[in-house]
Amino acid sequence: MRQFLVIALAVVVACPALAGEVNVYSARKDALIMPLLEQFTEETGIDVNLITGKADALLSRISAEGAATPADIYITVDAGRLHRAKQAGVLQPINSKTLKAKIPSRLRDPDDLWVGLTLRARPIFYAKDRVDPSRLSTYEALSQDQWRGKICVRSSNNIYNQSLVASMIEADGISATENWARGLVNNFARKPTGGDTDQLRAVASGQCDLAIANTYYFGRLLEATNQADKDVADKLAVFWPNQDARGTHVNVSGAAVTKYAKNRDEAIMLLEFMVSDEAQAYYAEINHEFPVVPSSTISPLMLSLGRFRSDDLNLSVLGVHNTEAVKLMDRAGWQ
Amino acid sequence: MAIIGQPTKSRWSLPRPNGFLILTTLAALCVALPISVVLSFIISGQSDAWAHLRDTLLFRYAANSFLLSGLVAFGVIVLGVPAAWIISFYRFRGRRILSFLLLLPMAYPAYILAYTYTGVLDYAGPVLTWMRAINAPTYLMEPLLQIRSLPGAAIMLSLVLYPYVYLLSRAAFLDQSANLMEAGYSLGQSRFQVLRRIVIPMARPAIAAGTLLAVMETLADYGTVQFFGVQTFTTGIVRTYYGFGDTAGAAQLSSVLLGFVALLVIFERLSRNRVQYYSDRLRKLEQASVEITGLRALIAQGLCLIPIFFGFVIPSGLLFYWALFYSEIQSFWHITLNSFMLAGGSSIVIVGVALIIVYANRLYPARWLPHLTLLIGLGYALPGVVVAIGILIPFGNIDGWISGALKTFGVEPSLWLSGSLFALVFAYLVRFLAVANGNIFSGLSRIRPSLDHSGRLLGLSQSGVLARIHVPLMRGSVLTALLVCFVDILKELPATLILRPFDFNTLAVKAYELADDERLIDAALPSLLIVIVGILPVIWLNRSVGKE
Repeated sequence: MRQFLVIALAVVVACPALAGEVNVYSARKDALIMPLLEQFTEETGIDVNLITGKADALLSRISAEGAATPADIYITVDAGRLHRAKQAGVLQPINSKTLKAKIPSRLRDPDDLWVGLTLRARPIFYAKDRVDPSRLSTYEALSQDQWRGKICVRSSNNIYNQSLVASMIEADGISATENWARGLVNNFARKPTGGDTDQLRAVASGQCDLAIANTYYFGRLLEATNQADKDVADKLAVFWPNQDARGTHVNVSGAAVTKYAKNRDEAIMLLEFMVSDEAQAYYAEINHEFPVVPSSTISPLMLSLGRFRSDDLNLSVLGVHNTEAVKLMDRAGWQ
Repeated sequence: MAIIGQPTKSRWSLPRPNGFLILTTLAALCVALPISVVLSFIISGQSDAWAHLRDTLLFRYAANSFLLSGLVAFGVIVLGVPAAWIISFYRFRGRRILSFLLLLPMAYPAYILAYTYTGVLDYAGPVLTWMRAINAPTYLMEPLLQIRSLPGAAIMLSLVLYPYVYLLSRAAFLDQSANLMEAGYSLGQSRFQVLRRIVIPMARPAIAAGTLLAVMETLADYGTVQFFGVQTFTTGIVRTYYGFGDTAGAAQLSSVLLGFVALLVIFERLSRNRVQYYSDRLRKLEQASVEITGLRALIAQGLCLIPIFFGFVIPSGLLFYWALFYSEIQSFWHITLNSFMLAGGSSIVIVGVALIIVYANRLYPARWLPHLTLLIGLGYALPGVVVAIGILIPFGNIDGWISGALKTFGVEPSLWLSGSLFALVFAYLVRFLAVANGNIFSGLSRIRPSLDHSGRLLGLSQSGVLARIHVPLMRGSVLTALLVCFVDILKELPATLILRPFDFNTLAVKAYELADDERLIDAALPSLLIVIVGILPVIWLNRSVGKE
């Protein structure tokens, strides 16, 4: 009986310490992340408070809040923005053997300030009925004259394009990339407008022959409930560029622990939870992405797009070249 | 006289300071704050991004803003003037109801119209799906897909802003004396010549005033141009602030935009003065309007129905359909409550301040007071993006000082001002105080000063007169001011987007976020709620114009 009391007492005392909380500022939509967070709470008893918003707005918020910030974790859908947070000095190193062991080093910050959680690629999509894929080869080749008036891609305000251009700056240098961007702008079928889905639809409708878009947008169309969107997906095929050399451009959605996190241990527990094989498979599949942990299962839908070689670049480089990429696209007239 | 006006030697000398005057001065300072903060960046620090902006994007921002303003000016005149002319000069079946329905597009913020039409004309949307089904030629379908463009933005803005021109030119037409027109006829002029030589020239100042208002709203628009990917000053300011993280660059862009707006305000003032000059009140035109029937009536009805149809019926039908079949109402309860509390609370603050300002103007006929009041009127012309940047910068600094000062007492640093609802209410005050002022002023000026005298003689204080005599007497004006502010705040997007406290969503912000995430159908319900509430002041506006 006394033993039982001691244990009961220990549980009562320990509970508040165990059942802590963790505050997440997320640029990833709540619908895509909520189920995982709920499962985490169920397994650990740690409450997760989620606040969603635009990545830049969340970051300026964390900077402005300084030491007072309630945020423990900052989640973005792009490595470039995680790097921006690193530069703003609002992050702290994540010391976790689990994360280091599970996530390939190119999908993590070299200084351990952030980690990737899901992987997406940005390949070329083409109209099956009008484009012979043998004419396609690399991103660089998209500036060739044969594609004059044939290419659709969204605005340079979009971080995915900024990151793609940053990866090209790393591979080809600034002046070659700027020339390429000018050539690409010349080949635009229309002024950049809409999101990635709109570019895919424009290819299907015949406005253009090629589009650059993230894989999960295509995934959403493949899984769409409405027939018109399904028809769009039917008319398109994916082409993985740069397979003979550096590979197709990839990016991650990822997370970081804030410098002034008050629940650091809980935050790291949550990140470790998210790289477990089951969580990875689910977290990637719910948005038609690829897991970052190589041993996790890839969804059949993503597998159906075929295997491809991805750019091995450490993704922090995307952030390093971000400002230069934005300015370069402005100079090239990429609206 | 001694009861209302202080006995002053010169009209410029300062009356004994009291609460009314201090508050009025404070309100003027509030409006002046964001303007002066933004302008101060012209002189102070060059930003790194500024050189880049100047070399690459500044011209495009200016060109797009100009072109868009020009197209919208054209659009609102084409939509507004003929409708006003038909309603004013002809009597036909359905005229009364059409004259009201023509105001309805005002209930739409342009960005919501933009989301709706994008959904309608989407590749997978109803129109194109149907056109493909009937094998319509592609040259008919192509332009529909181009709605997300500068001309598309101009159409959206014209559809919601033409009621300004319609209202003002209708008032100008109705105000013209029939005698002048009859003089024209008796001199052998045709109907068209009378229109061209007498009616239109006399209404021109009103048309210009309405068009300038529409252009000001166009320059202030953020939601539509952002969604359509048109690079203007407002999108440039937000991009510089967030994308480059460059506050100084954003402030400098804001001051360029402010320059354009200042020019427009001056033009607007000039044209409005001339409206008053022309309005004489002889025999009213109403009696000279022509009864039409049959085909001609049908044409008149048809012409009036076009803007109503595209500016209200189509988008509302679609929003209803989407909201009814696809939305989950319960998930919006919380946000709706947030929106209403914020808009309601802010409106009460704004109308309270407006009451004090207008009453101070009545109490103290000093010459500098109207000048201060004029300054307050400028707030309405300030684009929300500029107000937000102009508030964020000083409030951020003040937060820094407060946190520094409180540190010694062991208080955790926080965003006392810039991170709270205070910043947002402040922005609304700057932006919409002019609206409340206008309504309250028209109400108060109808109350005779002799009532003030009686009140004071019976022992009421100055504030007692305001609270016990004026406010009850002009309840209608106060309620109107509250309603108009409420709806304006509900629709406001850019300042709310930038300044809202963390984890605080409103209907406008939610609609924006969902549309931005390419989930147009989910954006329907918050959009619809904004529009439904937005109809209320339109109904009131119609009644009050009718009375006059």
